[in-house]
Amino acid sequence: MKKIYVNEKWCLGCHLCEYNCAFAATGEKNMALALKDKKIYPKVRVEDNGKIMYAVSCRHCDDPICVKSCISGALSKEDGVVKIDKNKCIGCLTCVLVCPYGALVQDGNSAVTKCELCTDNSCGEPACVRGCPNNAICFEER
Amino acid sequence: MAINYIYPEFEVIRNDARCIRCQVCERQCANEVHRLDEKRNVMLSDETKCVDCHRCVSLCPTKALKIVNHDCRFRENANWSNETIKEIYKQADSGGVLLSSMGNPKPLPVYWDKILINASQVTNPSIDPLREPMETKVFLGKKPDKIERDKDGKIMCKTPPQLELSMPVMFSAMSYGSISYNAHESLARAARELGIYYNTGEGGLHEDFYVYGENTIVQVASGRFGVYKDYLEAGAAVEIKMGQGAKPGIGGHLPGTKIVGDVSKTRMIPEGSDAISPAPHHDIYSIEDLRQLVFSLKEATEYKKPIIVKVAAVHNIAAIASGIARSGADIIAIDGFRGGTGAAPTRIRDNVGIPIELALASVDKRLRDEGIRNNVSLVVGGSIRSAADVVKAIALGADACYVATAALIAIGCHLCRTCQSGKCNWGIATQKPELVKRLNPDIGYKRLVNLMTAWKHEIKELMGGMGINSIEALRGNRLMLRGVGLNGKELEILGISHAGE
Amino acid sequence: MLPLEGQIRIPSGCAISAVISRDGNKMDGTKIIDSMRPMHDRSNGLGGGFAAYGIYPEYKDFYALHIFYNDNAARNACELFLKDSFEIVRSENIPTRKHKRIINEPLIWRYFVNPLSSVLASLQLDEKEYTARIVMRINTEINGAYVFSSGKNMGAFKAVGYPEDVGEFYRLDEYKGYLWTAHGRYPTNTPGWWGGAHPFGLLDYTIVHNGEISSYDANRRFIEMFGYKCTLQTDTEVITYIADYLIRKQGLSLEETASVIAAPFWSTIEEKDEKEKELLKYLRCVYGSLLITGPFSIILGFEGGLMALNDRLKLRSMVVGEKDDKVYIASEEAAIRTMEPDVDNIYSPAGGEPVIVKVKEGEF
Repeated sequence: MKKIYVNEKWCLGCHLCEYNCAFAATGEKNMALALKDKKIYPKVRVEDNGKIMYAVSCRHCDDPICVKSCISGALSKEDGVVKIDKNKCIGCLTCVLVCPYGALVQDGNSAVTKCELCTDNSCGEPACVRGCPNNAICFEER
Repeated sequence: MAINYIYPEFEVIRNDARCIRCQVCERQCANEVHRLDEKRNVMLSDETKCVDCHRCVSLCPTKALKIVNHDCRFRENANWSNETIKEIYKQADSGGVLLSSMGNPKPLPVYWDKILINASQVTNPSIDPLREPMETKVFLGKKPDKIERDKDGKIMCKTPPQLELSMPVMFSAMSYGSISYNAHESLARAARELGIYYNTGEGGLHEDFYVYGENTIVQVASGRFGVYKDYLEAGAAVEIKMGQGAKPGIGGHLPGTKIVGDVSKTRMIPEGSDAISPAPHHDIYSIEDLRQLVFSLKEATEYKKPIIVKVAAVHNIAAIASGIARSGADIIAIDGFRGGTGAAPTRIRDNVGIPIELALASVDKRLRDEGIRNNVSLVVGGSIRSAADVVKAIALGADACYVATAALIAIGCHLCRTCQSGKCNWGIATQKPELVKRLNPDIGYKRLVNLMTAWKHEIKELMGGMGINSIEALRGNRLMLRGVGLNGKELEILGISHAGE
Repeated sequence: MLPLEGQIRIPSGCAISAVISRDGNKMDGTKIIDSMRPMHDRSNGLGGGFAAYGIYPEYKDFYALHIFYNDNAARNACELFLKDSFEIVRSENIPTRKHKRIINEPLIWRYFVNPLSSVLASLQLDEKEYTARIVMRINTEINGAYVFSSGKNMGAFKAVGYPEDVGEFYRLDEYKGYLWTAHGRYPTNTPGWWGGAHPFGLLDYTIVHNGEISSYDANRRFIEMFGYKCTLQTDTEVITYIADYLIRKQGLSLEETASVIAAPFWSTIEEKDEKEKELLKYLRCVYGSLLITGPFSIILGFEGGLMALNDRLKLRSMVVGEKDDKVYIASEEAAIRTMEPDVDNIYSPAGGEPVIVKVKEGEF
């Protein structure tokens, strides 16, 4: 199955992936209209200590601990993709606590949001991958 | 000094309706032009630092940015341009020689643009490269004057060493140091995939790139940086650099700040020391000395590799080339005055040397007049910008072209012409690791392959139009060219007729 | 005034034809003239000509120089020069008959000559090279004189007009040769000059050619490095010099020569066995500038044989047929059938595939 992988060697820490991710989630056609003066809640985040930088998003673990920990049944794994049903999420943040990668985040509306490989929008290929200027994020079979 | 006479050259125009404060511009500008004032939530620009490299423009996700020429000008007139006045202020400030990068930007004639190419109509069919073979393979090197046969009468197929190119284009010399590791890797990998050659320049060959040796021309220049036995043996050919189109008559200077880590190791000089290439080779003060170096290198490489002698196009180039052709060199590379550079004194770049078109035409003619054109191959560079330039150069008489600026543009260079600052935002002309990594060679090499593949298609289209299906039938075929708007002397030197004749 | 041949480059289409007897049997010129009649429309009356081999048996050891003169002044100047350069054993007008469509004829002379051995020795040249240089000098330096044939026991005959008329004008029915070639010309723009008609010859090499080569200037500028002067700016002229250079000066065989001027494509070379691949690659590498591109069908005549060759894409028609000892080659099958209605083995040679026919040793 194709997943998102990160080559930290080529990550520039430009944070474009975060904005492309946030934009993809809006369903809007124009990024300026969609994101102007908005706080964004991207499902991919660039970790950057000034020397090493890379983008972190959900790894869609074989045995996802977040799914196991979810007390409301909002998280599930379908066709290899860990998905969240926001209608069921009660915002307890247990998943945020247990995820060793920090891949789950709050979405600003007290629910949790996470990367679903852009299967939850009309992007097709993950927006972070498509917008990365340096091939630091790729979507491939490994 | 209290008064700053130098105004910003550029203006950063930010469409605030589009700016989403993502700060990509801020993070990507090594010159620190952009800054977010968090308290007021405003993006600020320090335009004095902007070099118009367009890194921010390219990466801005909402296309909120544009860089324009600043319209605040000095009071210009036809004699005193803004540029001239500014240069005087700079020199009055610093007392130093002005430095510039890339090729001569002055509005001197570009002869390529005044030459037009022929096509077949009626009397002779054009050839469709999509349906018929169209050959662009070229061999560079000395060709034998006579065939020899063995005792059975069979031709002995022995030629002096040749470089075989899938198309008549090579990447010209750019040293590791003047450009980055990733830029070199992109060039090396592209050369290999394309079946052509790239050139180390005078920076030695990084140990990681010895694997690309078959597609590498190793350069020996006046500073001899990085030259040793393995280096000479690693390349497919050895190039003696006598001169460079952007700065004929002077050497090179890579500042100690760039001689770090692998660059120092590859050049075989201590970290932090300036790499100064003398203006002449101090063992070559005359043509007979050149012959000695040519044969020293041939001895060192057991006569297995062609020796290239690269010179800048200067006034007496035809006689110089004739001398080189008799020096034992296999290939002459001539670099015209528009050739690029990582740094050159501005006055030299803008005022020394001659156009490659004229140099090529007169060298090719002279070598033919003397009957020695087959002794050497001719490679020309110094602003070959497109497939059309390549075709025109071949028709004027070149065997192949050297391209460098076009190759750099392909991997992201925006010709901001501030390579000398070492802060290349595109990861090309820099040794800063955080900038070097901006050029991912996986992308860079592919873009180079794309560019050359596109050129090859175009060369084939142009050849097919002329009814020529192999590049050697185009070489020196000046009847395929016509001049427009050129005077009689220019046409005479180029050896072509005027359009309509 | 319109520019003359040599002052401007004139593309032209054409008809070519040839017949050779492998046994060296002599034929008069009637049939070759007839072969040009059905191809009348491939010419436009601005040039026709023939080359005939084996026609001067009684002078076979002498170079036969055929020369056009504009006037007697040119003739006097040229003859003075010839006397300094050669022993002249015979000089005469070339016999012609009046023909209503052949007009404005120049003075047409022929000389049977031998290079002076003392001159050869002092110049350290072989007689062919010497003769070729003298011919080149007359054609470039003596105004109004033009040598249009210079081989031994052979001759070219050409004029402005349709080829069949030219043949009658020169009384070719009175000559007997083992090899005849013919040419009818369709230049796109020329006032017509007798010297510009074809065949074009140097020493015993003659070329009749149909086509317009796109490599012309690349070939010309290369070959001129070796002492040739392309004064006519025609394809035929440069092809003749290429043939002379490769065969006489470089010592290539006919097949090797064909592999240079109509070189196989690299993709074809890749399919050959190692030995041949090496040779073909060598020839292309060394003689790349003599590759001829663009459409052509040529017949190269020489003492004792001919070679017919098409460009490597076969952009011009050329047909070969055989009957008994004879081989026929022409732009159109109709021309061959005119010469031999019962011809066998008619075929079209592939592009770049040389057709080499030689007369048996000792029979010419």
